[in-house]
Amino acid sequence: MVHAAFLMPLFPLVGFAVLLTLGRRIGDPWAGWIGTAAIAGAFVAACVTFAGLVGEPASTREFTQTFFTWIPVGGLQVKAALYIDPLSMTMCLFITGVSMLIHLYSIGYMKGDRDYSKFFVYLNLFVFSMLVLVLANNLLVTFVGWEGVGVCSYWLISYWFQSESNASAGKKAFIYNRIGDVGFLLAMFLIFSKAGSLDYSVIFAHKDLIGGGVATAAVLLLFLGACGKSAQIPLFNWLPDAMAGPTPVSALIHAATMVTAGVYLLCRVSPILQLSPDADWVIAIVGVSTAFVAMTIATSQQDIKKVLAFSTVSQIGYMILAVGCGAYTAAIFLMVCHAFYKGLLFLGAGSVIHGTEDEQDLKRLGALRKVLPWTFGTFIFGWLAISGIPPFSGFWSKGDVLDNVFAKSPVLWAIGLVTALGTAYYMTRLFYLTFYGKARWREPAPDRPAHHTPHESPWVMRIPLIVLAVLASVAGFIDLPVGGLDFFNTWLDPVFAGSLYNDHEHSLTVWALSVTDAAVAVLGLFIAWRIWRVRADRPEFEPRFLQRVWYWDDAYDAIFGRPGEALARFSATVIEGRIIDGAVNGVGSLVRVTSTKARRFQTGYVRNYALAIALGLALIIAFMVSRVWWS
Amino acid sequence: MTAAIVLAAVQTSRATIPDVITFAVAAAVILVGALGVVTSANPVHSALSLVLTLFGVAVLFIEQDAQFLAVVQVIVYAGAIVVLFLFVIMYLGVDRRENIEAEPLRGQRPLAFVLVAIALVGILAMLAAAHWVTGAHAVAGSTTAGGKSNVYLLGKAVFTTYLFAFEATAALLVVAIVGAVMLARRPTNELEDEELESAAGDDESGSGADAGGLPRHGDSDGVDDVPSDAAANAPAHGEARS
Amino acid sequence: MSINGDWYLILAAALFAIGAVGLLVRRNVLVMFMCIELMLNAANLTFVTFSRMLGDIGGQAVVFFVLVVAAAEVVIGLGIVVTIFRRRVSTTADDLHVLKG
Repeated sequence: MVHAAFLMPLFPLVGFAVLLTLGRRIGDPWAGWIGTAAIAGAFVAACVTFAGLVGEPASTREFTQTFFTWIPVGGLQVKAALYIDPLSMTMCLFITGVSMLIHLYSIGYMKGDRDYSKFFVYLNLFVFSMLVLVLANNLLVTFVGWEGVGVCSYWLISYWFQSESNASAGKKAFIYNRIGDVGFLLAMFLIFSKAGSLDYSVIFAHKDLIGGGVATAAVLLLFLGACGKSAQIPLFNWLPDAMAGPTPVSALIHAATMVTAGVYLLCRVSPILQLSPDADWVIAIVGVSTAFVAMTIATSQQDIKKVLAFSTVSQIGYMILAVGCGAYTAAIFLMVCHAFYKGLLFLGAGSVIHGTEDEQDLKRLGALRKVLPWTFGTFIFGWLAISGIPPFSGFWSKGDVLDNVFAKSPVLWAIGLVTALGTAYYMTRLFYLTFYGKARWREPAPDRPAHHTPHESPWVMRIPLIVLAVLASVAGFIDLPVGGLDFFNTWLDPVFAGSLYNDHEHSLTVWALSVTDAAVAVLGLFIAWRIWRVRADRPEFEPRFLQRVWYWDDAYDAIFGRPGEALARFSATVIEGRIIDGAVNGVGSLVRVTSTKARRFQTGYVRNYALAIALGLALIIAFMVSRVWWS
Repeated sequence: MTAAIVLAAVQTSRATIPDVITFAVAAAVILVGALGVVTSANPVHSALSLVLTLFGVAVLFIEQDAQFLAVVQVIVYAGAIVVLFLFVIMYLGVDRRENIEAEPLRGQRPLAFVLVAIALVGILAMLAAAHWVTGAHAVAGSTTAGGKSNVYLLGKAVFTTYLFAFEATAALLVVAIVGAVMLARRPTNELEDEELESAAGDDESGSGADAGGLPRHGDSDGVDDVPSDAAANAPAHGEARS
Repeated sequence: MSINGDWYLILAAALFAIGAVGLLVRRNVLVMFMCIELMLNAANLTFVTFSRMLGDIGGQAVVFFVLVVAAAEVVIGLGIVVTIFRRRVSTTADDLHVLKG
């Protein structure tokens, strides 16, 4: 049964090929159903593989499926192979599952779009690339998938490319990712130069060859790659702009799956991470800083999707923090739960946007609980889960992370706790401004008329909401911090054996921490409720500093943007205009002058040309005579 | 003088008198024919002179035991190619005298003579310096092996050693036939060509056989492009009625 | 036994030279073609002579192929002459200098 693994990437690839060639002819809505069916096939294949893997004894739950040797160059032997172990299996299950739901949702959401089938072409290619990323058995094939999801992300952010701002958002995401990719590539070179291979198993077997400074450098370079992909400080600015894409894309790529690829990569190479405690500290500090900064920004954003985007950045910060503390299981656990509840929140937001005809401004929503009952009903679960209210999944997964952080450093734990408070606050703000209060969409704004009464979404969009709401509620129970009930921990134990904080402290501390988490969540919820139920317009709680994202983009503009612009202008006028054009024009006029002279030889008379041949004949014979007579 | 050359030839080789006489007569025919080709003002005369040369060469082939080639030379060259030349000359109606003395291209004639003279002298100089005994074995088979006839030996060489070249020439001939058909076929849009054709016919029939320096055709589009020195050398195109 | 091969070679050289001069000085395309035939015959004569001198049938085989190629060449060449004549009513090589640089 485990040998069905190759079907997981195959189904989306086939779906991609079919839609690419025939998509336009198939059109709306059957192209969407074909795309969804391809992902459903992948999900079934993942389930079959999972069942096969569970059937194995825990110690042998890993195998490799090799297809061919991709690059056979001397010592560099790169194989196109799948590596299936509990970690990659977990990723595949939730990637295919969530993707399937979001594909289904997109059938309704993208209805009537101009390039309906193109959307599913990209989505299927994305799922294929993501599975390649996750299932690869070496760094280079992982990198192929890494770039594949990057380019799909670019296409999908710029999906409505007719608008200039959407196109720029796509470019921004692409360029930020490139910066991270440089780190990934350099890390790959470094590891290959020391370990002599790119296969994970070989690298881990020879990890004692990578030591000291090299290990720190390699880990930090890999972390740079992860920062780009997972939107961590200092490369996090692209993710909020990426919300320019259609909302299902935000849910799938920029919340549930692709942006967690950085976390997955770090977990995949966790044996190397453990070689460098210094680098682990850097990772933890960057993670907690990102979580905190993004949380503060999320408290004052006006756009419903922007709030969720910064929330995503903040949550991934938690995951990175867990990785930095060596709590890989906790990071993956949070990733899975986050995929469910953040996917749900984005799809709910999409449903709101869909129902109100593209209204994203929180201050123009409100009181939607009556007109969008299904969206409202499911959104509650997402809201409570991310806020960390027991017994929803967010409470267990975030608690797991914070417990491990506490064991590493109480200071980091404290910052994380404040972030958890802020999370509950901004999510409640969003929830309240969207579904409670006055129906502000009834009032006409200066720049746009009042909306008609919003309408609930069709059932293809409601089903994913319901399924994800259930998952977001119960997913936490797969890993309860109680002996015997930590199934997820046991499942991943073969992969992360020997991790620092992998074992829970079964003591009073855990209980105390859990109670603290819950209390903080309730407190955040309460504060937000008090503030925002008064009225929607509270500028004192939305400082400009936070609205402008800590002036982060402005700083980059000043540091990199303006000098770059000046350099480009200099190149365009002086280097391009004088030097390059001068050289090109000089060559041109040189050719013109010489050929004006040379063209006189071309008389057009064929007998003149015959004369030239005769001259050649005379010269050749003269040469031969000279060789015969004077040799 | 001829007798002296013949005697000298007999003395320098082991040839018999009839051989020498055959060679001498054939060589004279060849050279006379060749000069006739070059110096005849009328293309028809050139073609007939060419027959002389080709015939002389055929004689020398026989003299050198290349009987098959001699026969082919007569059949293909004299029989087919020269007839084709004559056919084209008649078909196009260009069987009239050409003014050989005129040379519109300045320097063409002296340079031609000088360069060809250099080449000729060079060839003769190499001939004088050559030592013919190479001792090399025949690559494609002897000309006299086992007393077989020339046709047998040549056929064997062509169909074994040179089989690939033989097949390639077959393909070449097919291509040439197709090409010739394509070239000679009238274009579908032949209005313009009809006019040109009838114009040439009128010219021919109307102007009789009197000699003169009248330019025959193409003045309007030809004269402008000819260099001034060429234009000065009347008649402009060096062609005169015969 | 025929006479010494040197005489044949001298004759061939002279024939070649006459053909070359003719090619260079004559303006009628048809006559120029005939001059090329003269040069080809000179080469053929040389081949046959060497074939006899070296006792190698290969020389004659080459002449055989030269004959075939010459026939093809004449066919195509005259076809081109006819085609050009249709358009420009001339067989004078100097009339065709539209490719002047």
